[in-house]
Amino acid sequence: MQGTLELRWHGRGGQGAKTAALLLADVAFKTGQYVQGFPEYGPERMGAPITAFNRISPEPIRVHSNIYRPDYVIVVDETLLHTVHVTEGLKEEGAIIINTPKTEEEIRPLLRGYKGRVVTIDARAISERTLGKNFPNTPMLAAAVAVCRVMDKQAFIDDMEASFRHKFAKKPEVIEGNMLALQQAFEAVE
Amino acid sequence: MSTGKSRRERMSGNEAVAYAIRQVDPDVMPAFPITPSTEIPQMVSSYIANGEVSTEFIPVESEHSAMSAAIGSEAAGARTMTATSSAGLALMWEELLLAASNRLPIVLTLVNRTLSGPININCDHSDGMGARDTGWIQIYSENNQEAYDNYIQAFPIAEAAGVHLPVMVCQDGFITSHAVENIELLEDEDVKMFVGDYDPEEFLLNPGSPVSVGPYSVSSYAMEAKKLQEEAMEHAREAVLAVAERFEELSGRKYGFFEEYRTDDADYIMLIMGSAAGTAKAAVDELREQGKKAGVLKLRVFRPFPEKELAQALANCKAAAIMDRCESYNGNCGPLGMEVPAGLYRNKIQIETVNYIYGLAGRDFTTDHVKEIFAELEEIADGKREPVQHRYIGLRG
Repeated sequence: MQGTLELRWHGRGGQGAKTAALLLADVAFKTGQYVQGFPEYGPERMGAPITAFNRISPEPIRVHSNIYRPDYVIVVDETLLHTVHVTEGLKEEGAIIINTPKTEEEIRPLLRGYKGRVVTIDARAISERTLGKNFPNTPMLAAAVAVCRVMDKQAFIDDMEASFRHKFAKKPEVIEGNMLALQQAFEAVE
Repeated sequence: MSTGKSRRERMSGNEAVAYAIRQVDPDVMPAFPITPSTEIPQMVSSYIANGEVSTEFIPVESEHSAMSAAIGSEAAGARTMTATSSAGLALMWEELLLAASNRLPIVLTLVNRTLSGPININCDHSDGMGARDTGWIQIYSENNQEAYDNYIQAFPIAEAAGVHLPVMVCQDGFITSHAVENIELLEDEDVKMFVGDYDPEEFLLNPGSPVSVGPYSVSSYAMEAKKLQEEAMEHAREAVLAVAERFEELSGRKYGFFEEYRTDDADYIMLIMGSAAGTAKAAVDELREQGKKAGVLKLRVFRPFPEKELAQALANCKAAAIMDRCESYNGNCGPLGMEVPAGLYRNKIQIETVNYIYGLAGRDFTTDHVKEIFAELEEIADGKREPVQHRYIGLRG
């Protein structure tokens, strides 16, 4: 469909790639667009490769299939590069965003000849610095919003803060760390 | 008077149904969890815990008991609903027949999932289709919006005078039940006014007018009871359309037995149910840009089966693909592959048809599949290809 942004997430069970896809649908919805956020379901196994998807469009979305020719791919776990063909069907004019401490030059040989833009971000380091634990999905969500230009930074930050205040109403101490993680990730790929 | 207001939201298909349940606020919900419908009783339980609904939740030990409790509760005079999927519906089978034959307007939300085996949690229509002769009205939904809208319409259809039959509102497991999409929600008071109070003419807990529900019937009377049940299903046609008209006044969204998408001048039509209809529409838009006269006929109401209307809607095309997300294992065709051509024959309409089996056990169905099917229909109509009556699409190469 023309004008529809299609994103594919690759992660491992337990890393929050599905949650990130649903959160992305949420924030894109608030910009007035039509959205889809859905994972590919199977037996739920911690650590097993999982895929999740987003469609974002100014028009109502009717297609209900997985995404085979994504504009963007987001890889939450770089070990997947060895086992999953993450760049399959990825448009050259799009981009791939990878959670890794490595540089673009170091990572490109693992991308099976993909010639488009490669964005690397050390989401693990950001998460450990800001949240004290490895929750890579929060920084990866910010990186996806920034690289795919879903919305501008301030709108995204304000919106996420409101969501976190609602979601963590009983754990307000985690809000600041999550907001820092989003800020730092957004700036890292801007 | 309705408020005429609606609210833009985004939620999954399961959330949409749970939200509709909160707005309807039924009296009783017996349920047993099964993937992918589990979230529905879970969310309703939260609504109950938060005091947002007055529904009495009955936790039961199986789906057999869930439907048994629903029958008891509805017969007692309480508006009753439940939710299930796949093997859960299969385990209810005996009770599904009792609910319909005792003329109990229970509403069941079915989140479609394949039946075993191989054991698999993903979508196809074999659960709903397996219950196609149980006497339930069956309505299928394309997306979260339709799951919500159909759910709200289910109560006045089920409870309509002359109908008094249970309704199954179906949506595709995971594909829509777990996908977050945009939706327009109605105001609580509008939904409450639309479904109205449940005021059955006869019910068990009515000492002023005692009735008996589910007694033995000897052969000299039982056949009449069955004929009356069949007539109730006939009456359901009018109820479905009357409720849809009233719903359109409230929401602005139009419903009928089926939706015709770009079929007016179509040479080739795909007849399909559920979420895949949206994928088919998107592919048809692409084909139209290439000058191909393709259209989609999305069946919404499978029971009662709108045989004559469907036949007429297909009358002017050259070839139709009849899509079944279910295998019947009859060595012949799927359920729609049987009933649609029977309707064409009865109405003396001769067009080429091919029955495609697609999307079993969650196999993805894409716009490329849709285009491949339309290309085949064109070749068949042009005499370049022999129609194969029972064909699978999307198998591993």
